[in-house]
Amino acid sequence: HDSCSFILKVGIRGKDIVVLGVEKKSVAKLQEERTVRKICALDEHVCMAFAGLTADARIVINRARVECQSHRLTVEDPVTVEYITRYIATLKQRYTQSNGRRPFGISALIVGFDYDGTPRLYQTDPSGTYHAWKANAIGRSAKTVREFLEKNYTDEAIASDNDAIKLAIKALLEVVQSGGKNIELAVIRRNQPLKSKEIETLVAEIEKEKEEEAEKKKQKKSS
Amino acid sequence: MEYLIGIQMKHDYDKMFKLSEKILLLCVGEAGDTVQFAEYIQKNVQLYKMRNGYELSPAAAANFTRKNLADYLRSRTPYHVNLLLAGYDEADGPGLYYMDYLSALAKAPFAAHGYGAFLTLSILDRYYRPDLTREEAVDLLKKCLEELNKRFILNLPSFTVRLIDKDGIHDMEKLPIGPK
Repeated sequence: HDSCSFILKVGIRGKDIVVLGVEKKSVAKLQEERTVRKICALDEHVCMAFAGLTADARIVINRARVECQSHRLTVEDPVTVEYITRYIATLKQRYTQSNGRRPFGISALIVGFDYDGTPRLYQTDPSGTYHAWKANAIGRSAKTVREFLEKNYTDEAIASDNDAIKLAIKALLEVVQSGGKNIELAVIRRNQPLKSKEIETLVAEIEKEKEEEAEKKKQKKSS
Repeated sequence: MEYLIGIQMKHDYDKMFKLSEKILLLCVGEAGDTVQFAEYIQKNVQLYKMRNGYELSPAAAANFTRKNLADYLRSRTPYHVNLLLAGYDEADGPGLYYMDYLSALAKAPFAAHGYGAFLTLSILDRYYRPDLTREEAVDLLKKCLEELNKRFILNLPSFTVRLIDKDGIHDMEKLPIGPK
């Protein structure tokens, strides 16, 4: 019984940053939390989050990691995000058209920077199609979150790195039970490797902003 | 009849390959084999880091390299390369590994490959101590280069020197050993 399809994942493409936010599902008391890895680095400048069967994802991620190094070896350049997305999508498609094999049961959000500095976000699905996105969500309640992003993703909303991160957290908080404990965040900045982000302070900021908004509305109504 | 021989090798050719933040591989030998083999090892060490989230230790990297070299040795396409692998491990400290083209691996306090080894190994034998400080080690290296400049038939105008410690790999100034 795999629980990964019920995890919400959000990807946001900023100007100089890409953000992957993942809902942290509470693990059983006796389970070691750190063995449940949902955001995986494919190379130093690319990472992916997946929704679906974890076992299938392991295979795809391994193939992608080997391809990233193989590309560096033959071409002496790191992969572009589009290239590795295309590779993963082609792999998935092959399994939809071959005898005796079933498709990979995963959707993936792939984020990173190309070596010319452009940030990218792609989504793939089990059929093997892929599309570029400015912001997207997969997994539990993805539709609700995508609608929230459609309303709130503007150029001002992602003006700075912190704003992009806050937008990702706000999108997650729409659906996830409140509290920084239930959110895991990873960011990639241009020319910097993947980093897990400390979100306690940011979540507190967002909660404070929400309260201030609510206060303002109340005052308006009363006046 | 007297004549002078002056033989000049390329002096800007970097034979060191960075396997990871704290491991360097020096690869010499057959032209082409060196770069092919070293880059293959380099990418595999990086792949290990991506798969597992942490880097291979120098000892593990050395043994991995040796296994690869040994596997290719009895194939139709052996790699004719001599290697020195240097690294710093958090737990074990600094380590130097000597490997030759027959895939013999030895952890050594000092090592050398090539014709220069005939001259420098005796210097290292005489003056090496296990408790050398950084400055003393660099001085010992300089002693070796002076010896080469005196007795070696080839003219070696400059050397690339790199140093590995707990903070990673550091480039030191190119040591030019001009004729005295």
